Amino acid sequence: MTARNDPGTGDVTLFHTSQLDHLINMARENSLWYLLFGLACCGIELIQTGGPRADLMRFGAIPRASPRQADFMIVAGTLTYKMAERAKLLYDQMSEPKYVISMGSCANCGGLFQAAYSVCKGVDKVVPVDVYVPGCPPRPEALTEGLLRLQEIVRAEKWGLKRRPPKPEGVEIDRGATT
Amino acid sequence: MTTDGIHERLKAVFGDDVGPLSEAKMDAFALVKKERIVEVCRFLKTEPGLELEFLEDETAVDWPKRNVIEIVYHLLSYRHRHGIVLKVELDRAAPVITTVETVWKTANWFEREIYDLFGVDFTGHPDLRRLLLPDDWVGHPLRKDYQDAGGWHGISSFRENPLVELRRLDEVRRAEAAKLNPPPPPSPPPAAPPAAGPAVPPAKA
Repeated sequence: MTARNDPGTGDVTLFHTSQLDHLINMARENSLWYLLFGLACCGIELIQTGGPRADLMRFGAIPRASPRQADFMIVAGTLTYKMAERAKLLYDQMSEPKYVISMGSCANCGGLFQAAYSVCKGVDKVVPVDVYVPGCPPRPEALTEGLLRLQEIVRAEKWGLKRRPPKPEGVEIDRGATT
Repeated sequence: MTTDGIHERLKAVFGDDVGPLSEAKMDAFALVKKERIVEVCRFLKTEPGLELEFLEDETAVDWPKRNVIEIVYHLLSYRHRHGIVLKVELDRAAPVITTVETVWKTANWFEREIYDLFGVDFTGHPDLRRLLLPDDWVGHPLRKDYQDAGGWHGISSFRENPLVELRRLDEVRRAEAAKLNPPPPPSPPPAAPPAAGPAVPPAKA
């Protein structure tokens, strides 16, 4: 199992941190909604992984069309430079915490079309990737394994150490003063 | 009517502006002089008995050794079930030709694609701009002398050899792990060889 966050020495403000972490993460990992981002042939395999035989929805992973409603993004297919910009835009529109699964050779490294002039050699040139699923295209079982690895990553997250981001300097936030 | 028949009719009207029919290895083609291409196309489309109303494809071929760019027109007739291929040779240094968009509207996007990838200028085209590549792309990639631009908008086109990359990442990860858990001091006699091999597979896929 991967431990993404090292157990540091942050203050323990939550009682039973580890059990609460476990509960929160169990809820989160079983309802990871993904942004449909099928670009090419891997998109067909993504659709089929959502099909009846290897069902992604039984893990709670529902496809969403909008990045605002998605927890993670499955980049399935060849990215051209033109599309890579849009992929970055969509990734930026997702809200934290967000993850990326890179599906297939083309999203991992440019794949079969690595020598082409217009192909971005891997989606990790524009967004940070959590799980790489190799294959051309990966079988539904392989993509399911990728989702399970992502669930492992989610399971290992620690919430007691997370803080609200600090207020930016020089900015007064008016929370509706009452006098 | 066979392709030979179409070519006979063409020769009868246009004479020397239409070259001889090539051998039918794939599709028999005829070279046309570039000044008469629009008239030839209009004739082929409207002449009763020929009526090649379908421009199946219009594409280009770059021949740097012959110093030409060829524009290739694949014409087809649904009504008479015959077809012919025409070719026009353009000077590679300044490839310009009149558009056939006035004859077949579908040539609009075909010629945009040729402009995008070969840099051929089509005079009279209503909307000549790039079709497939981003609008601010520099260069025409399907020319034989195109050099890779190194990326676009900050996305670099270089990718490290994965064997080199993974080995480097392994070293980095091992260094970080060693910093967190410092290894025990080595025993004085040359004892067992170090445990970890060079290719420790990472935990993630």
